[in-house]
Amino acid sequence: MSIDMSQFHQVFFEECFEGLDAMESGLLNLDTGDIDAEMINTIFRGAHSIKGGSGTFGFHDVADFTHVMETLLDEMRDGRRKVTQPAVDVLLGSVDCLRTMLTSIQEGESVDQAAVEKYKHALEVQLSGAAGGAPAPEQPSSRTEPEKADDEVVASEAYEMPEQGWKIAFCPYLDLLKTGNDPVRMFRELAELGDYSVSVNARDVPGLFELDPEECNLSWTLQIKGDISLQEVNEVFSWVEGDCELDIQPLTKPGKTVPAVKKIEPEPILPETGAAKTELDETEAKTGTGNPESIKQSIPQPDNDQTKSPKSSGSNSIRVDTAKIDALIDLVGEVVITQSMLGLISENFTMDQLEQLKRGLSQLERHTRDMQQSVMNIRMLPISFVFSRFPRLVHDISAKLGKKIELKLVGENTEVDKAVVELINDPLVHLIRNSLDHGIEMPADRLAEGKPETGTIELNAYHRGGHIVIEIIDDGRGLDRNKLIAKAVEKGLIAENSLLSDKQAFELIFMPGFSTAESITDISGRGVGMDVVRKNIQALGGNIEIISQLGKGTTISIHLPLTLAIIDGQSVAVGDEIYIVPLVSIIESINVTEKMLNKIAGKGEAFKLRNQYIPIIRMHEVFNVPPKDKSKPSEGVIVVVERQGALCGLFVDELLGPQQVVVKSLEANYRRVEGISGATILGDGSVALILDVPGLVRYSNRQTQLSSAA
Amino acid sequence: MAQEIKNSSDQNRYHKEIDAVQYLSFTMENEEYGVDILRVQEIRSWEPVSRVPNVPYYEKGVVNLRGSIVPIIDLRERFDLKFSDYTPLTVVVVLQTRDGNRTRTMGVVVDAVSDVITIDKNKIQKAPDFGSKVSNEFIAGLTSVNERMVILLDVDKLLKLEELENHNN
Repeated sequence: MSIDMSQFHQVFFEECFEGLDAMESGLLNLDTGDIDAEMINTIFRGAHSIKGGSGTFGFHDVADFTHVMETLLDEMRDGRRKVTQPAVDVLLGSVDCLRTMLTSIQEGESVDQAAVEKYKHALEVQLSGAAGGAPAPEQPSSRTEPEKADDEVVASEAYEMPEQGWKIAFCPYLDLLKTGNDPVRMFRELAELGDYSVSVNARDVPGLFELDPEECNLSWTLQIKGDISLQEVNEVFSWVEGDCELDIQPLTKPGKTVPAVKKIEPEPILPETGAAKTELDETEAKTGTGNPESIKQSIPQPDNDQTKSPKSSGSNSIRVDTAKIDALIDLVGEVVITQSMLGLISENFTMDQLEQLKRGLSQLERHTRDMQQSVMNIRMLPISFVFSRFPRLVHDISAKLGKKIELKLVGENTEVDKAVVELINDPLVHLIRNSLDHGIEMPADRLAEGKPETGTIELNAYHRGGHIVIEIIDDGRGLDRNKLIAKAVEKGLIAENSLLSDKQAFELIFMPGFSTAESITDISGRGVGMDVVRKNIQALGGNIEIISQLGKGTTISIHLPLTLAIIDGQSVAVGDEIYIVPLVSIIESINVTEKMLNKIAGKGEAFKLRNQYIPIIRMHEVFNVPPKDKSKPSEGVIVVVERQGALCGLFVDELLGPQQVVVKSLEANYRRVEGISGATILGDGSVALILDVPGLVRYSNRQTQLSSAA
Repeated sequence: MAQEIKNSSDQNRYHKEIDAVQYLSFTMENEEYGVDILRVQEIRSWEPVSRVPNVPYYEKGVVNLRGSIVPIIDLRERFDLKFSDYTPLTVVVVLQTRDGNRTRTMGVVVDAVSDVITIDKNKIQKAPDFGSKVSNEFIAGLTSVNERMVILLDVDKLLKLEELENHNN
């Protein structure tokens, strides 16, 4: 069997990174000292599947490295080793190291062998540490959960090596195959361990007509001979714990006991060509091994599928809840039914069927809208994809700073568009680092201020309106408005004696070149960050706000649109062109009369709206579109838009009506154009550009300045 | 015509024996140009574009190419040739360009597509320096086919559009 394995690499890497994330969060939770056996199991499984996968794909460096980790974890799992903080730290470091290794392999770069060796050595030191010291006898005290039957075998017989081999009665439950496990593969793995024979018990197999191919009706008795530890045998079955009845007996009574530490040697797992011939190949062929909990779904980006660079392919797949897919499939079914109904009507259409036709069309419209909604839903990911990285960050940085900090995550299941998830990570990392570094005080200072020693940072996500709000709340020292203002004056960012509201004062930290930290640390304080954070968030169509109370803490809230792919827009005509103005930036659209208009310095135009003068931007002029017949603002329509609190009127020929538009990238094949945020395809197949209101206003202001300077 | 057929069979023989490359040739203002045929995605007829504001005049606008937004560039104007009105014969050659590790799709407007020519790689002459009169930065080389000169264009350089300045401010 020769299959091009590289086609599975992408999936393998994704699974590895997921496994690493799971291990990381598991290890972080182990910190508390309360050892949860299930948690160690989770970490172990992560390491085990990475090892198995990398062995299959021939990444032996990874497999070897993971093997050492796995050995250490296995001993922890069996309770033969205490979970100590140094061990956890080494494991955490190893997780990082493994991640770097995998990233290098994925990108086809060479692996940093020195770092790998360093961690491997550290792991081995941890391993031999127990062997050299008291070879810790069984420690049932370190378990908090009763173990399953087969694990007890491990606990009592782990140190015993039979001279001849093992007899394994393996009786899977009916749904074993549905969990993605494949007995054939497990047996092949066993075959790698030693001389092996298998007999199948097909007694329970029902007749052909009652047979459900997804159920496992077989049970097996296996004999395996050779110098094999029970641990190794157990490892093979570690994934099916709970899905089967398993009884492992030594072929002969164990004679002598062997030391606890077993030899570290890489063992090939899941060979791609089975050495053992079993009579079960047809079972394998019949059953799918997909995991029903989640479906791997590749969603091509709508706009740039032709322009994808190979490196960015890593983030182009998405895990979707099957319920969402099912809902979508139902809808597609409805659409097909409606379509065939319409087809039937159109075949022999007579006028008296008009009502029927209309009903069909409105049904089609409803289904289309639902379908759009549910497709958009597929792109939605829980924000926990971002949040889950922060416990580690907080753990590491607080240790480095000597602060005690607790991170609370609230609303992790709030869903947000995949694109937003990807882009919000960096700004959030920056804000959290800031809170850690500048916000939360040292424990001694906190006690002196009568606050609890441990500081709290809360990450909170929730939906409000069409937006997602992410809040970063700390109970640290808060922002000192006087200090901020003094600093801004000193840096020449604002004039002395300027009167600022609290809100404006806090906004100062978003100005380029502003940093109040007395000392620049490697964590934050270079003053290049906050303005970039704000810019990035604005680029996503969101905004950021700060509320702070001196001595009490700071709350930073970020408002982001739920999706970037579809926006509500208002289409407007300018000359022969059609532009889309995002509905979020429109305040109102009005007709103005000649009387309301004022000239400013002979050039600029403004009109008065409820006691406020609003400047007018003539779209024809800004975009160089030949005007049709409407040359005066009073003949067309003024669309009043908002940009960061300031109002502005766009003079267009006419409004064409609101519509939802699918945003397509202009940059994918073309370039960034000032004042334009993207493009969309209209109902007639032509392209309309979507206005970037803040960019447009900036551009127009600059043009005016240029022309008045000339 | 017969001569041409004979010629192309000659070229096919070249193709087998020598290091040969194929180019799509097209004409503009009676000049003959060629682009690497592997970069040609498709050939379309001219259709109205949506104008994009404040870009150089030779960037005509964007069209919807099966769901992708693709810019259309007038090659005549890019080369400072006289602008000519678009007729039903005007064609748009959709090309793929590479910029770093990105691939972009762009359309160029030319007068007419003429032929697919097979050229011996060794017979491509490096673009001579025309001094300041003619910029040779897009020109990959010159060659002759049937005694006619064909200007071979470097697609990537040709369609590398200057980014607008100060767009971040």
